[in-house]
Amino acid sequence: MEKPLTGRMRAGGQPVSIREYERADGYQGLRKALAMSPAEVIEEVRDSGLRGRGGAGFGTGLKWSLVPAGAPKPRYLVCNADEMEPGTFKDRLLMEADPHQLLEGMAIASYAIGAEISYIFLRAEYTLAAARLEAALHEARQARCLGEDILGSGFNLEIHLHTSAGRYICGEETALLNALEGKRANPRAKPPFPPVVGLWGKPTIVNNVETLCCVPHIVRNGSGWFRRLSRSQDSGTKLFGASGKVKRPGLWELPMGTPIREIVEEHAGGMREGVRLRGLLPGGASTDFLVEQHLDVPMDFAGVQAAGSRLGTGTMIILDDRTCPVGMTLNLEHFFAQESCGWCTPCWSGLSWTEQILAALERGEGQPGDLEKLEWQTRFLAPGNTFCALAPGAAEPLQSALRYFREDFEAHIREKACPYRH
Amino acid sequence: MLSAAEREEIEQVLKHYPVRDSVAIDALKIVQRHRGWISDETLKEVADFIGMTPADLDGVATFYNLLFRKPVGRHVIALCDSVSCWIMGYEGIREYLSSKLGVGYGQTTADGRFTLLPIVCLGACDRAPVLMVDGDTYGGLTPAGLDGILERYR
Repeated sequence: MEKPLTGRMRAGGQPVSIREYERADGYQGLRKALAMSPAEVIEEVRDSGLRGRGGAGFGTGLKWSLVPAGAPKPRYLVCNADEMEPGTFKDRLLMEADPHQLLEGMAIASYAIGAEISYIFLRAEYTLAAARLEAALHEARQARCLGEDILGSGFNLEIHLHTSAGRYICGEETALLNALEGKRANPRAKPPFPPVVGLWGKPTIVNNVETLCCVPHIVRNGSGWFRRLSRSQDSGTKLFGASGKVKRPGLWELPMGTPIREIVEEHAGGMREGVRLRGLLPGGASTDFLVEQHLDVPMDFAGVQAAGSRLGTGTMIILDDRTCPVGMTLNLEHFFAQESCGWCTPCWSGLSWTEQILAALERGEGQPGDLEKLEWQTRFLAPGNTFCALAPGAAEPLQSALRYFREDFEAHIREKACPYRH
Repeated sequence: MLSAAEREEIEQVLKHYPVRDSVAIDALKIVQRHRGWISDETLKEVADFIGMTPADLDGVATFYNLLFRKPVGRHVIALCDSVSCWIMGYEGIREYLSSKLGVGYGQTTADGRFTLLPIVCLGACDRAPVLMVDGDTYGGLTPAGLDGILERYR
């Protein structure tokens, strides 16, 4: 099985140096791209079917093509490395273990959209990734893979590393742009969208780390090759992960469309002794719960959506039968309430109310009618009622927990206690 | 007064941006690295240096989880309280830390050595439960293992 994203990584945990990277065909995608026109690069990526790996799944080639023809310069490429979706740890691996792969993807993307300045927006806590990216940036400049007249092509690109000061909302792309401008990270009104009016008002493309890491391979091996990597209609491989009470929590690069069962049972080794699988969040905290009947669902955009959830980041969080689903939902909603930027009322008010109801249920102080109130909240927090996707994301695990674990919620009210803590 | 080193570091990052006040968050992180936290006086000095009003800069400073507007200990322990760590029992780690150090969240030990804070998902969920001390991440936490970790920070 081909593993383009992780195949070069070293076993000992040390990062791939530029020498090793180049020996393993590194920067060949960039060389090839620089001999193509920017429009041809965009077409190749569009034909590959690559969709964003940060959670939303927007077509990457299509996004790049949204920079208007003849738009003035400067234009910017921003790498969204603010991996803060709870349960998600895939971009950390890509940056720590093979930083040049990301830099090469950023160079190709910048060339395609006509950007000469690019930023990596990295979450504050990824200090090892920061050190390795800085070292790789230095190596790439020395090797003239970055800087002026890259590889003798006449193309110039500088990449700057910006480390954040910590806030989940920075992962929302327009909030990220405000944070990069040194402001509070409130999301911006859309339209206009960033490809037209972005960073400092200039055309800007924001792509996730894993998305950009796919790009060098697509350019080097062709769009057809990338499509054939997959087991489904969505192209490529994907980093899938599992955390919770499985035997071997971790990350695996697998074809798009790999069934959930295979990831949980084979790669994660199944559940630990003494616990059974009760449910899972397939792609991070802001995705709907799936349950045992969904184990044969393929992990791709359409498959997970048809099951009533979202692929999200592809890193699943497993709920076992000894862990309280109400307590887990409270933990999730506490996170979203805390990390709401405070800009729009349904989000800041609705989420703190939601958290209070769930906390009362866990304390054994739940009242008849609480579950109906929670259901109301999921409708107030639905898409279209809020300024950005944070609150609708928060509603996803809540609405599905109420559906699949209804009897647990009711037991909390009836028994005036959390049955898992008795 | 910002020190020469602080000014120099801020000026270096300023080169990355076309607009001066875009350096606000970097500048606050730089002075916090030198001083441990951001006092009202420090905030005013940074605001003057980058050409913002203190009120605008404080709006930025108070938005971000890792900019400290109150004094902290020599080392900051940030314990992940998000979902994977919750499933894997971070609450036991919290109780152990609180009783060992004699502090709750947001408090600093009497000797000024440690401040204990909760933090959102640290992106190391395969090693849950996880915490950070200053810039270092530790996973697979157990009470016994914690003693050894804390010993490294005097």
